[in-house]
Amino acid sequence: MKRVMKEFTGGSAFLSILAVIASLVVGGILIALSSPEVQSTATYLTARPSDFFQALWNSVFGAYDAMFRGAIFNYKAQDTLQMIKPITETLAYATPITMSGLGLAVAFRSGLFNIGATGQIIFGAMFAGWVGIYVDLPWYVHFPLAVLAGVLGGGLFGALVGFLKATTGANEVIVTIMFNYIAVLLLGYLLKTPILQAPGAVNPISPPVKDSAKYVFFLGDQFRLHGGVFAMIIAVVFTWWLLNRSTLGFRFRALGHNPNAAKVAGINIGLTYILVMGISGALSGLAGTSQILGSEQVLTLGVAASYGFDAITVALLGRSNPWGVLVAGLLFGGLRAGAVTMQANQGVPVDIVLVVQSLIVLFIAAPPLVRAIFRVKVSKEVAA
Amino acid sequence: MKQSKRTPIALLVMALVGLWLFISAPSGVTMINISTDSDIFKLPDFALNVALICGLAVAVQIAGLLVSGYLVLAKNHKTPRWVVIMFAVALVAEILIGLFAGKTMTFTSLLQGSLALAVPLIFGSLAGVLSERVGVVNIAIEGQLLAGAFVSALVTSLSHNLLAGLIGAMIAGALVAWVLAVFAIKYVVDQIIVGVVLNVLVVGLTNFIFSTLMVSNLPLYDQPDRYSNILIPVLGQIPVLGPVLFNQTLIVYLMYIAVGVVYFVLFKTRWGLRVRAVGEYPKAADTVGINVFRTRYISVMIGGALAGLGGSFFTLGQVGAFGKEMTNGAGYIALAALIFGRWNPIYAAFAALLFGFAENLQYGLAIIGSSVPSEFLLMLPYALTVVAVAGLVGKVTGPAASGKAYIKS
Repeated sequence: MKRVMKEFTGGSAFLSILAVIASLVVGGILIALSSPEVQSTATYLTARPSDFFQALWNSVFGAYDAMFRGAIFNYKAQDTLQMIKPITETLAYATPITMSGLGLAVAFRSGLFNIGATGQIIFGAMFAGWVGIYVDLPWYVHFPLAVLAGVLGGGLFGALVGFLKATTGANEVIVTIMFNYIAVLLLGYLLKTPILQAPGAVNPISPPVKDSAKYVFFLGDQFRLHGGVFAMIIAVVFTWWLLNRSTLGFRFRALGHNPNAAKVAGINIGLTYILVMGISGALSGLAGTSQILGSEQVLTLGVAASYGFDAITVALLGRSNPWGVLVAGLLFGGLRAGAVTMQANQGVPVDIVLVVQSLIVLFIAAPPLVRAIFRVKVSKEVAA
Repeated sequence: MKQSKRTPIALLVMALVGLWLFISAPSGVTMINISTDSDIFKLPDFALNVALICGLAVAVQIAGLLVSGYLVLAKNHKTPRWVVIMFAVALVAEILIGLFAGKTMTFTSLLQGSLALAVPLIFGSLAGVLSERVGVVNIAIEGQLLAGAFVSALVTSLSHNLLAGLIGAMIAGALVAWVLAVFAIKYVVDQIIVGVVLNVLVVGLTNFIFSTLMVSNLPLYDQPDRYSNILIPVLGQIPVLGPVLFNQTLIVYLMYIAVGVVYFVLFKTRWGLRVRAVGEYPKAADTVGINVFRTRYISVMIGGALAGLGGSFFTLGQVGAFGKEMTNGAGYIALAALIFGRWNPIYAAFAALLFGFAENLQYGLAIIGSSVPSEFLLMLPYALTVVAVAGLVGKVTGPAASGKAYIKS
């Protein structure tokens, strides 16, 4: 029994949980420090400490309680539907983050640092949006076509980076950063011209996507969760298969481990760069379709939100392992959904989520630090 | 060995842009105003014929293209650098004259604005150089700039002391760099992960404190004094150069010094040699008795302090208040400048100036109102960077051990 316990506490899953706890504690400290009640009761701390601790508990518990009710289960809601709504919100947020995170994971595993998820999401959304808005077809053709267009849009934009790297050796970090700016500006331009702007609109906004191109809202219209969540699962399985079971994925990983060795082994490096970036971009393009054909349904400048950068963190947190990316994406989706409720109910700025998210990644990335904080001993079996 | 054709191809692409600008350029003249009040002697405004200048510029570009094409394809030589530089100057001149056709271009203020935008980028790229040369990839430049901007605003507002704000900014930047160093060196975490995450962390922290503390009393917490310009006698009165380079705030002068010092220290001193040795081949450096870990900590943290200094330029030098996420991606542009400048402080500074110039051009054009859709103007610097990186710079290799943790065995 002792040994089982030891193995558990030394294991990485346990350490991950500790990392999350440590991050929430730090977040809690920040929440408490910023609470006016805590500040005012602290001035007479020695006279009546109970007030202080009461305020402390209220601020921290109140915030995390709101976060739980916003992300997982709202036990204070009137009916069952409202009670389970939070978990669907979490899934809705997690969908694009995970999809795009998978794309970045493919690139990272192949040794390419793709920072261009934002641009690739935008390209996916533009292509899918254009098909979804202007093409008239029955849904069983229209919807797949729109999704395909989005995947193709993101994929081509990503592949272009791979092409430049393959033919000229251009550094993919610079190129993807520049492409993000270019994509945002191009979207801005198209939303001001009749190509994408809604007729009569003053703002940069497109007409809505036709119903026949939308993801199915299988829980009804009052939920934001849509069929993209199934596309996400398929994407996870596909990426897992691609990276771990396919020949192509083997080439990708070989490239990531040692490009020179891969070249000597007869792998066409240039073509592999193009394929890696193409697939990476295609998954971000899929995230774009989830936005435009699902959650948003009209194209605006904010279509990619901050998902492009969240995706980097998610891919890194998931250690570029598709299942890990899924877990990380769900965690981040939950934090994001919860933060919205937390801000509305408790007045805690949503930015606290950024702090908690980044601390989680830092702590998980450095197990010795977490062990030191919680004074967990390393068991010999695990350490060896 | 066969020479790569990518330079002539890149020149061809750019020459086509030049040709398009020439064809679409409106007729008329561009007025150039280069004198300012402080000049010793006044230079008169002068007018340039748009069609003539653009035509000349296109001619230079085509000549450059032909020379490059002939040398590479027929003679199998490299394209000489002066050809590329001449080409670039002609293209930039053409863009400027063409865009300002029929308007007055206040050349001096255009350059002043460019330098202002470039200052944080230059500090940021210096931070990157110091960090990557010693073998630690610094994606956290953005976070270091933002931390510097935030702390300098807060400290200066509270203390009404600009120097305190400056030092606070340096400490903040160095602190972010220290966290980067601890995770990269001690905990052997992937350096790119730490960098990206630190950027998010700093955004989160500064946003959080801004919305909970600063907003509650802006005059108290977020109204720092600003640097005033220091005019250097004589030098500052030379037309064009004077007002641009020698009538600036303290931070800008510190930037000149920093670029020179970082270059000198890295390439001319023993410590710099050690830094580079650690960044190229830590094991060899260790074998000859260099303390790899200490060298890395010191170099990364000095870099962070410089980035923090650059961050203070946003608040103390320019805007005069902190705003959420006010660095707005400057750290990533600094990263691009550093790679563009091949990990050399001086080249990186020039690359940063180029980005500053391109960015400032947008503002200049937005004010006078130009016929080209603004989005495409805004896109131009980024697109040309891609062409330049792909065509002219090509494969660049950073320090060999950059991004790799050193495990002492």
